[in-house]
Amino acid sequence: MDIVFNWSYFGYLLYGAMWTLVLSALAFVLGGAAGFLVMLARTARSRLIRQISLVYVEVIQGTPLLVLLFIAYFGLGIFGIEVPPLVAAALSLMINASAFLGEIWKGCVEAVPRTQREAAECLALTRWQAFVDVILPQAARIATPPTVGFMVQMLKNTSLASVVGFVELTRAAQVINNSTIQPFLVFGIAGAMYFILCYPLTAWSRSLERTLNVGRR
Amino acid sequence: MRYELDFSALADYWPDFLHGAIVTLQLTAIATVLGMAIGTLCAIGSRSKRRWLSRAVGIYVEIVRNTPFLIQIFFLYFGLASAGIRLPVFTAAVIAMVFNVAAYCSEIIRAGMDTVHPGQIEAAQSLGMSTPTIYWDVILRPAIERVYPALTGQFVLMMLSSSVASQISTEELTAVANNVQSFTFRSFETFVAIAPMYLALAGLLKLGFWLFGLVAFPRRRRLGTAL
Amino acid sequence: MSAAANDTFPRPAATAPAVSLREVRKSYGPLEVLKGVSFDVAPGEVVAVIGASGSGKSTALRCINGLESIQGGSIEVCGHHVGTHLSEAGLRALRQDVGIVFQSYNLFPHLTVEQNVTLAPRRVKRMGNSAARELARDCLAQVGLAEKADAYPEQLSGGQQQRVAIARSLAMQPKVMLFDEVTSALDPHLTGEVLRVMEKLARDGMTMITVTHEMGFARRVANRTIFMRNGLVWEVGGAEMFAQPRTPELRDFLGHEL
Repeated sequence: MDIVFNWSYFGYLLYGAMWTLVLSALAFVLGGAAGFLVMLARTARSRLIRQISLVYVEVIQGTPLLVLLFIAYFGLGIFGIEVPPLVAAALSLMINASAFLGEIWKGCVEAVPRTQREAAECLALTRWQAFVDVILPQAARIATPPTVGFMVQMLKNTSLASVVGFVELTRAAQVINNSTIQPFLVFGIAGAMYFILCYPLTAWSRSLERTLNVGRR
Repeated sequence: MRYELDFSALADYWPDFLHGAIVTLQLTAIATVLGMAIGTLCAIGSRSKRRWLSRAVGIYVEIVRNTPFLIQIFFLYFGLASAGIRLPVFTAAVIAMVFNVAAYCSEIIRAGMDTVHPGQIEAAQSLGMSTPTIYWDVILRPAIERVYPALTGQFVLMMLSSSVASQISTEELTAVANNVQSFTFRSFETFVAIAPMYLALAGLLKLGFWLFGLVAFPRRRRLGTAL
Repeated sequence: MSAAANDTFPRPAATAPAVSLREVRKSYGPLEVLKGVSFDVAPGEVVAVIGASGSGKSTALRCINGLESIQGGSIEVCGHHVGTHLSEAGLRALRQDVGIVFQSYNLFPHLTVEQNVTLAPRRVKRMGNSAARELARDCLAQVGLAEKADAYPEQLSGGQQQRVAIARSLAMQPKVMLFDEVTSALDPHLTGEVLRVMEKLARDGMTMITVTHEMGFARRVANRTIFMRNGLVWEVGGAEMFAQPRTPELRDFLGHEL
């Protein structure tokens, strides 16, 4: 083999990285919306809804994302439509994120002292008003660091989309490695690109956590 | 087009699934023990006064936390292969998992160690305890006890991500499913079928950790703290 | 039941009571904390509720605005009937007429003082922003904190926070105000500023029920004082009750408190 890694390969990796970002953003928006619903269900007044959503969370958190991805990929294929890998990947990432974010956010909502809801309801606010105006803003503050932390997780998780042939960063690296056979270099560069994308989020999450702890003292 | 779900074709392959599940458990067991050991050492190293050591551990942890497991496994397996070292896929998977989970363990254990009050260490020193004894009895054991739930959660997540090892053809549960679906052409059913198997493995793991916790941390049991 | 639980002290006015408890019972599991509590509060009256911790005084107060459900008896508050079951809408209607101030202030930490005060009028009464702000300024002026409108709760002292909590309740223009040990978390000089605000409210004719440890306040400001013991109304009287308690239990209690 005389094919060596060159700048056009690097460009292809950048192209892959762009799709990694697109898929991450998609997963975060969809997963966030679904996660919000899961959080509502997990903190609902109805015992039944709480239990059903708990089962959902346990099942999703107990299933590997890769298996979820295959189920989405082949499951959508059943309907006879040609499924773009992006759709299957986004769907499975959304489901995965909904369970994790829903559970994280549930914890944050419950971390707001019960007396806050009590005070709001004593002012004749409805449950929903108390939730939106009093509980949610306080929960959101607590939720930011772990949510940013989970965004790192999601960004890394998008690498699994390569398995169903979606060309993002990992798939691009595989394709290049297949022709150059320079795995240390190719996966090293891809890894570095992931690091560049993830590290700022990790650092941000950490600093948010620090300010939150200082504020709480 | 109507699609009829058919799980019956999978029944013949139950020994394969069982074997895959056992491989998954083996991977997990080895990675848990080694990951815990290396993670603990890293946690101690990260609190070391020798700057180069704490720095090195910090860099290692950040690299693992900020790159995907799939890239780590490819880097290791294909990289070593290109350098002429052909690792058995099982070994490669174990090494990648240990490398990965040890970093997370180190972070969790370190957080636990940071909650040990300096007064505890001073008290131990004034009793004339040696440094290794202090580390083991006064710092590490209470620290691990405190973060035990977070640790076990991490190991369950690691068991689930061992499915990624299927991408270097380690014959664990997901790889088995991949083979089965290529014989039966029942892709959807196959993966739907292994989801509950992973759920069961996760349940088994949690039960195991819970039982271990009962033995290892009698105080937790006596105080009735949920694990 | 003590024989002294009858009510002989003259009320300010002989109208229908603003608050009326009849044989109210409340238990937490096997533990009965209210064993049939009855008393009336006339409009404009200031009633202090005293008693040792565990006597049920705070629970009785919390039952009045539906924070605790009751298992027996009934409560009438300004025409609202509080039975053993209360719909959410009924609860909200009740709470528009009954304000409560807590020991731990429970201000909303993410909102400014003014936003704390305007939240309920804007959301519940659908008041416009400018009207709500004007109302907030009035209420804050009443508690002497007009200049703190833009501060956040954590920037205020405990006494100031408690006064904001009073203003927040006043903004709903309640007919009855409940005070649940509102000075217990404050040190003495901060206690004074809160008590002065409450005294002013009392003079302005607010119907008030205050659960308190401040015997001086009860004696000076309250029209009547209710001494609770073991989940029962043990003794009721005016200021003279402090000098001449009729039951040995009250004498004992006052001896400890003074």
